[in-house]
Amino acid sequence: MNGIHDMGGMHGFGPIELEENEPVFHEPWEGRVIAMRRTIPDVSNPYGGRFLIESIPPDLYLKSSYYERWLLSFEDALLRKGLITAEELDEKTRFYRENPDAEVPRKEDRELAKSAGETLSIESTPNEHDGSGIVPRFGVGDSVKAANINISGHTRLPKYVRGRVGTVVKIYSAQDIQDHVPESEKGPQPVYSVRFDGRELWGDSAEPNQNLYIDMWESYLEPDQGATGGLDQ
Amino acid sequence: MSGQHHGEPEPYPAIRTKAIESLLIEKGLFTGDAIDAKVQAYEKDIGPMNGAKVVARAWVDSGYRERLLANGMEAISEMGFTEPQGAELIVHENTRAVHNVVVCTLCSCYPWSVLGLPPTWYKSFAYRSRVVIEPRKVLKEFGLELDDSVEVRVWDSNSDIRYMILPERPDGTESMSEDELAELVSRDSMIGVARAKTPAQVR
Repeated sequence: MNGIHDMGGMHGFGPIELEENEPVFHEPWEGRVIAMRRTIPDVSNPYGGRFLIESIPPDLYLKSSYYERWLLSFEDALLRKGLITAEELDEKTRFYRENPDAEVPRKEDRELAKSAGETLSIESTPNEHDGSGIVPRFGVGDSVKAANINISGHTRLPKYVRGRVGTVVKIYSAQDIQDHVPESEKGPQPVYSVRFDGRELWGDSAEPNQNLYIDMWESYLEPDQGATGGLDQ
Repeated sequence: MSGQHHGEPEPYPAIRTKAIESLLIEKGLFTGDAIDAKVQAYEKDIGPMNGAKVVARAWVDSGYRERLLANGMEAISEMGFTEPQGAELIVHENTRAVHNVVVCTLCSCYPWSVLGLPPTWYKSFAYRSRVVIEPRKVLKEFGLELDDSVEVRVWDSNSDIRYMILPERPDGTESMSEDELAELVSRDSMIGVARAKTPAQVR
């Protein structure tokens, strides 16, 4: 999706702010959120955790910290999956606001936790193809053009390379396409490392001697017609 | 959370997180100690000290260096590290002629197994937006100035491949042990926004 998360090349975010000796977590809740989400990773299926983060409204996305975005998207995943309801979450939130000293329960029921985790895992769809036997369409050194794909679902093709011409520098093993494409287009594809010259991406604003390398699933690429003398309009 | 002072209300995300954890434990999705263990692992077990050991090994053992550059996953697993979230780990070497730097513009993909969880600046909008368009200016803000003759390669990690940088070994470190060398390897040097420290800088 053409969301606010796709920020490569944008201006206006100011200088890089550095923090000396930064702790892993600034607040204990940050560690709880990331640990919970990664304990039940399938909770984000079938959308994918990244898509749920990208789906946070842009004004809220920009106002939220990294872990606040994890929290918002985790909550979204739990509600979409029906694992909790909005009513019980609000009620529980009210309870902890009114009872700041109340502890989170620690029901150490391993068997229950195991079976709940397994239920979630079954709902993820494992891929049927392992990617072996797929013949890459492009070779190292080929001039390729990034497709101009603008889907409203998830994609890993950022705006700043779309329509730009680069060079294949390496062919990686196949990876499942993560984009929200029709079922028939899902599954593994060759992934290429593609180099884009700074001037191709940024024109005269490019810095000297600057190259950008990005991983491209095969469906993100088209042959560069200009390089073979074909139409390039 | 026990660290709060009375009269100072807990921030909303902290309360909301407690509410969610409480509901999910009540429903049996996981146990409290499973979450404790993961938090502990993020804070103690993973971190840039793992990557630093890998880099120091590559500096002293040319065979290991070659294996690391050829197949990052296999080479880090020789040292007991794995990258569960990514299919591949690719290591690029910084030299006098080529400087590599890593970003994830779309989210904040990062090689957790060798570097731990990413620092705030790596996840910041400023870094994600700027390092692809003006890497030299960004590196300068980290205190790293590169001559125009140095090629800058920015790696945008948008797939399941994770990238780590093998920084250049500083001069004057020939007599140092592998453990001493590891102390020169900062997290930032393995992302590519800094050079490895010199022996004088860690003394």
